[in-house]
Amino acid sequence: MDSPKPNSGRSLVWLLFVAMFLAHQDFWWWDDSSLVFGFLPIGLAYHALFSIGCTLLGWLAISKAWPSELEAFADEQEEAESS
Amino acid sequence: MTTLIVIIGYLCLLLALGFFSNRLFRGTSKDYFVASHSIGPFLLLMSVFGTTMTAFALVGSTGKSFERGIGTYGLMASISGLVHAGIFFLIGIRLWAFGKKYGYITQIQFFRARFESDGLGYLLFPILVLLVVPYLLIGIIGAGKVIEPVTAGAFPELFTNPSAPPWLGGVPPWLTGLIVSIVVLSYVFMGGSRGAAYANTFQTIVFMIMGLVAFVFIIKGLGGLDQAGRVPARITEKGTIVQDFRYDKKESQLKANDPPKVVGKVKHSESSELTDHQPHFSRTPVTAEFKKKNPKTGELISFERELGIPFWTFVTYLFIPLSVGMFPHLFQHWLTAKSAKAFRLTVLAHPLCIMIVWVPCVLVGAWASGVLPPGIPPPAVLSAMLNLLVGDPVLTGLLTAGVLAAIMSSLDSQFLCLGTIFTNDIVLHRAGPKKYSDKQTITIARIFIVVIVSLTYALAMVAKDANVFDLAIWCFSGFSALFPVVFAALYWKRATKQGVIASILGASVTWVYFFYLSGYGGEYFVGPGIVPAAICFFVASVALVVVSLMTDPPSRETLKKFFPKLS
Repeated sequence: MDSPKPNSGRSLVWLLFVAMFLAHQDFWWWDDSSLVFGFLPIGLAYHALFSIGCTLLGWLAISKAWPSELEAFADEQEEAESS
Repeated sequence: MTTLIVIIGYLCLLLALGFFSNRLFRGTSKDYFVASHSIGPFLLLMSVFGTTMTAFALVGSTGKSFERGIGTYGLMASISGLVHAGIFFLIGIRLWAFGKKYGYITQIQFFRARFESDGLGYLLFPILVLLVVPYLLIGIIGAGKVIEPVTAGAFPELFTNPSAPPWLGGVPPWLTGLIVSIVVLSYVFMGGSRGAAYANTFQTIVFMIMGLVAFVFIIKGLGGLDQAGRVPARITEKGTIVQDFRYDKKESQLKANDPPKVVGKVKHSESSELTDHQPHFSRTPVTAEFKKKNPKTGELISFERELGIPFWTFVTYLFIPLSVGMFPHLFQHWLTAKSAKAFRLTVLAHPLCIMIVWVPCVLVGAWASGVLPPGIPPPAVLSAMLNLLVGDPVLTGLLTAGVLAAIMSSLDSQFLCLGTIFTNDIVLHRAGPKKYSDKQTITIARIFIVVIVSLTYALAMVAKDANVFDLAIWCFSGFSALFPVVFAALYWKRATKQGVIASILGASVTWVYFFYLSGYGGEYFVGPGIVPAAICFFVASVALVVVSLMTDPPSRETLKKFFPKLS
């Protein structure tokens, strides 16, 4: 499926997506077992925040790169094909 | 006994939900297989999340954290939040659009049309079935391992041969597996895809709420959050691993061990600063030796365990969550969506839902290292913690029902999916769409579902001692090795039938090779800790690209159909 031409919003989402992969490799906490709020190991706290970051990235992707053309394509009246 | 009554009550409630969803069933095969494309955002989120979170998420994550510590979260949960959401966005919505427009119900129908190949369907069918079956086994084995400890003592004269001596009289895994299989079969049989979506939503809400309740009670049992942080096993200056606390069940409180109880010793570590280190709270690999009792002879035997996560394992684990793009049961859930907009909530909330479920489980697993014997089977850690710290039989029953909910919310989709692909990709495909009436089509699917449930149950009894987490990883590795096929189908016009067949064969051969080297389902790494899924993925990708470029591209009609100009 040929998507519409890339725009700056889509490029930003892709850039952040790659950045998130890099941010996931948090080797700097590797040996650190100190606790945040007295109970949460810092390595786990970081990755919990990472999960929240994924949601924010999802929100950005929906706002800036939502494939609205796909919905229109799916709803076009064409005879359904069964294989 | 009270605990058991609560669990039975929950299962009866599910059966009632099955009867209810049967009343909403519209009687057509389209409704049975994909709920007539009528599922809205909330039900889609709950059913997709409930399907991806199985025994693996609750029982497996707690057990893995008990073995390897908090790195388990980064290893599987946080990366899954990113990769899963990306796949829903990039793969799920596109497949939904093609499915809705061209009437596809299964992945194989899509691939047959996209790559103009009938044989591709016959190649993929057994591979998908063989990969879903271990996933099903995880659920049935996991359910058995959860129920036995929490019902220990209920029937001491009836069940005299427990998996471990303290669980004498508990409901044995074979009986739990049988009951869970029958309950899931009942509501899938009656309500099909719509029934599974409603049951998944109900069960996902139950296991998320119960997971949080369990977490609160475990914290309370450990004496509060601050105290819980001090509980995990600790390494002394002599290199021994000690438990500083024990839980006194009679007084229902945590007490200090004086002197600390030695449970193991460090054999090897790359870190020199280990004194007073809690290895379950960091990710530096530490090889330790522990002792456990042989359940039959009572004799103490030594075993080694690697705590922490090797660097290359952590990096290459990102290939495992790619499996979601090729799960046939998830494809079916995507197809139930009413519109593309229904995916928005799933993309947004899936990473948060993962966090809500996994952070407590991983913490409980790490805390358990300080109060449970190290030799306890990892899948039994969560229920052992509930049994030890919560105590109240009603609450334990409700919490266990929550674990069962997580397990069954995956089993239903997988059973339904196998019935769907057999009916559509084999029976109807060979006979032609007009040979069977809608009613007969549903009957064929139901018969196959009964057969697959029976076979899975028998297999689960054979593999009852398998490690739930490791078995899941093998299943996910197989699906992630097939990911290049779906990605190329959607985004690379030049991908050809021959390229895809080469990719599937490459993925299969490498997977089987590593599976054999692992001793058929154990934990296995290549070289410095690389997961086999990364190598299978690489081989499959290279085969796809090289063979596609060497063969003729797909026809213009096919390319026009699957790569239309969109504005």
